[in-house]
Amino acid sequence: MVLTKRVIPCIDVDVDDDGNPAVYTGVHFEDLQYTGDPVEMAKAYNRAGADEFVFLDITASAHGRETMLDVVSRVADEVFIPLTVGGGIRTTEDIRETLRAGADKVSITTGALERPGLIDEGAAAFGSQCIVISVDARRRFDGEGDHYVEIDGESCWFECTKKGGREGTGIDVIEWAHEAEERGAGELFVNSIDKDGTKDGYDVPLTRAVCDAVDTPVIASSGCGGPEDMYEVFTEANADAGLAASIFHFEEYTIEETKEYLAERGVPVRL
Amino acid sequence: MSMQTDARREGEAAASVVVVDYGLGNLRSVTRGLERAGAEVEITDDPDAFGEADGVVLPGVGAFREGVENADPIREHLLAVAESDTPLFGICLGMQMLLSGSEEGEDDAEGAASAGLGLIPGTNLRFDQGQKVPHMGWNELSVERDHPLVEGVSGEYAYFVHSYYAVPDDEGAVVATTDYGLEFPAIIADDSGTVFGTQFHPEKSGETGLTILRNFVGLCGE
Repeated sequence: MVLTKRVIPCIDVDVDDDGNPAVYTGVHFEDLQYTGDPVEMAKAYNRAGADEFVFLDITASAHGRETMLDVVSRVADEVFIPLTVGGGIRTTEDIRETLRAGADKVSITTGALERPGLIDEGAAAFGSQCIVISVDARRRFDGEGDHYVEIDGESCWFECTKKGGREGTGIDVIEWAHEAEERGAGELFVNSIDKDGTKDGYDVPLTRAVCDAVDTPVIASSGCGGPEDMYEVFTEANADAGLAASIFHFEEYTIEETKEYLAERGVPVRL
Repeated sequence: MSMQTDARREGEAAASVVVVDYGLGNLRSVTRGLERAGAEVEITDDPDAFGEADGVVLPGVGAFREGVENADPIREHLLAVAESDTPLFGICLGMQMLLSGSEEGEDDAEGAASAGLGLIPGTNLRFDQGQKVPHMGWNELSVERDHPLVEGVSGEYAYFVHSYYAVPDDEGAVVATTDYGLEFPAIIADDSGTVFGTQFHPEKSGETGLTILRNFVGLCGE
């Protein structure tokens, strides 16, 4: 047997009008629909065979952060699988606080782009295994990149963005992936601005380019519309883990179904 | 520093377990896991508590050298725990520290400071055959021999995060193996059976992990 491919539900944690933690899921990019209580969702996904959880604090506020740490502690006390927590992590103290709450790994996006030394500091203080560097990649079809792939006959590079894709950085994702790995990142979490919310599959050329460039494990994210998309990103891009949100939150597919689909086609999964 | 948990106050536990706090890693999950398995847990770096406990857990995440350096002040006390036949359970880095040494600490000029506890003779080597490192994720356990820790466990999945793997001098120390490009020990134990460790994290390995923690607590309660 070999290391299994991981199926990871992503839970975006927000606060509702009463200040309680709540999960909202986007439908067609914009409209957010109340999906449930994050702790209850985590328990249900654990029973369904989730291999790990990613929790993202999408409030980017002090209150949101406090709520998030409380959610993490409650989940960590009841669910005995790995937890990755992201959103607004910018300092070593933020990492410490998040790990202390019960997270096993932290996912860092903007904080590392703005101050890459945070990766070195985090890896030195807590170990590479808990430092996940997340990229929000955007396809660009111009001459300003460093590493190109061909997509539909056109030459394309991938740019790291900030603020959920609203701000470009000019940094090539592949360059950044190399740098993050050298600085001590233990895992890379690859989101696609182009695919996010589309449900028409992961950005396979992007994921493959990152997997080919680094030796650290890669979590593919954005665009999963069903088990066949996970199959594609595992077999075509060689991703180590596939992340999905709405297909699980809206119960279009269960985690069991997804893993059975993969197992039937020869992808090693934990059943 | 000493912290007593709810289970201890309630006084209904099957065994009292000390989780050694030597400044590394997330102790919350292992503590909750042990409590779920029926133990009353004390997180402490106070060696006096080791002697009074029914079992001692040496957790750990991170680098071998940092681990043995941090644990140096309590080294003799951990050896005394092993000597007394009180179960001593190393998890992940804590398991690697049960061995004599590691490739990870070898380029260190002060070789002595990087020595492991030597309770299970052997060393730790780095994965270097083209595998992605760290070995991170769920992989299958293959139980090789009987040990109370693996009662009711066979061919199940456990969660691993590590870049080095243990190579005990005596193959008989291997209780279970896992395949990651090569077969490496996932669980090891000494001759007496009271010093043992898992390379994976039982506190992160779902129901399989909880079974192993229950087996450990059962062993402590004997």
